[in-house]
Amino acid sequence: MASIKIRAKMDGDVTTVKALIKHPMDTGLLKDKKTGKVIPAHFIQEVVCEHGGNKVMTAMWGPAISKNPYLSFKFTGAKAGDTLKLSWVDNKGESDSAETQVS
Amino acid sequence: MKKLLTIAATLGLISAAPVAVQASPQQDLKEFRAYFAERFPDVPFKEYVNGVYAIDQASREQWESIEEFPPYELNIDNGKKAFNTPFKNGKTYASCFRNDGVGIKQDYPYYDTATGKVVTLEAAINDCRVKNGEEPLKWDKGEIADISAYMAYTSRGNKVNVVIPNDEGAMGAYERGKNHFYGKRGQLNMSCADCHQWNAGNRIRADLLSPALGHTTHFPVYRSKWGGLGTIHRRYGGCNKQVRAKPFDSQSDEYRALELFHTYMSNGLVMNGPGARK
Repeated sequence: MASIKIRAKMDGDVTTVKALIKHPMDTGLLKDKKTGKVIPAHFIQEVVCEHGGNKVMTAMWGPAISKNPYLSFKFTGAKAGDTLKLSWVDNKGESDSAETQVS
Repeated sequence: MKKLLTIAATLGLISAAPVAVQASPQQDLKEFRAYFAERFPDVPFKEYVNGVYAIDQASREQWESIEEFPPYELNIDNGKKAFNTPFKNGKTYASCFRNDGVGIKQDYPYYDTATGKVVTLEAAINDCRVKNGEEPLKWDKGEIADISAYMAYTSRGNKVNVVIPNDEGAMGAYERGKNHFYGKRGQLNMSCADCHQWNAGNRIRADLLSPALGHTTHFPVYRSKWGGLGTIHRRYGGCNKQVRAKPFDSQSDEYRALELFHTYMSNGLVMNGPGARK
């Protein structure tokens, strides 16, 4: 909940979901300037959006996605007031999710 | 008769001579606004606070989607927390500012006739720290920018109100700032005005040049380029470097004078900081 800011709006049949996820998305290629050691890879690998028991969007991410990724996608089949759940899992096994109502 | 004529002529000369040879700040402001009104006739005055996004629809749409999740929100939260945390001596920042420091950023910068210095908000924040036995914060970014962002946020909606008192020192600082704005510098031999007045709205490589009218209202600013929040002096340094001029130190007299002139030129426009820019 704390790492995801999410909004979902309807326009006709289409729901547009916008989300900003707070995550370092470290590639594992950079070195820490002070210690000289490599900053280990730490990035989101999967993002899933569920609505009404269905997975409406699945994203497979890698180290190429930048820090604090912004995600936006559209889908049909929802109506105002429905609950959406967005969740992510990263390469360390950490995860988070957030819910919102379609407006 | 001749003597009478000479006396009359001399008297006439004395009474006709103007006291100030240079144009006044009020006159400069009038001409500044008139220039932009002519250059962008379709942009309403109050829209200039949005910079390039007032003059370019495509980038405005991208900016509006970024503003859905404002990148500076965390900075405001950090700033608010820092602002309300007491110093070691028990006092808080509120004790150093009018109205407890809430909704006052539109008064800055101002010329302090007692000390002969231009006081910027960031300088006032550090003055408050030192006065209360704390170490000053580093300029440009980090905590000082966060506190400035919080104070800017509480000042949203207030009209910029920089006052230049009719004082020789104040006028001197104003003129120094004006000369910096219009003076060519650096290996590229360009002035602030070259980009932001004479070429406002034109392209510079992949960027669009923002008009200087309304420039200061959204500071401190989250710049995508910085991936973080920065103060107006941080930007001044960057701009000087971009024309390959040696930048002045942040909060130096030069940048303070520039900020005085620069902010005065946005008088009457509504504060909308902190802002998000490319």
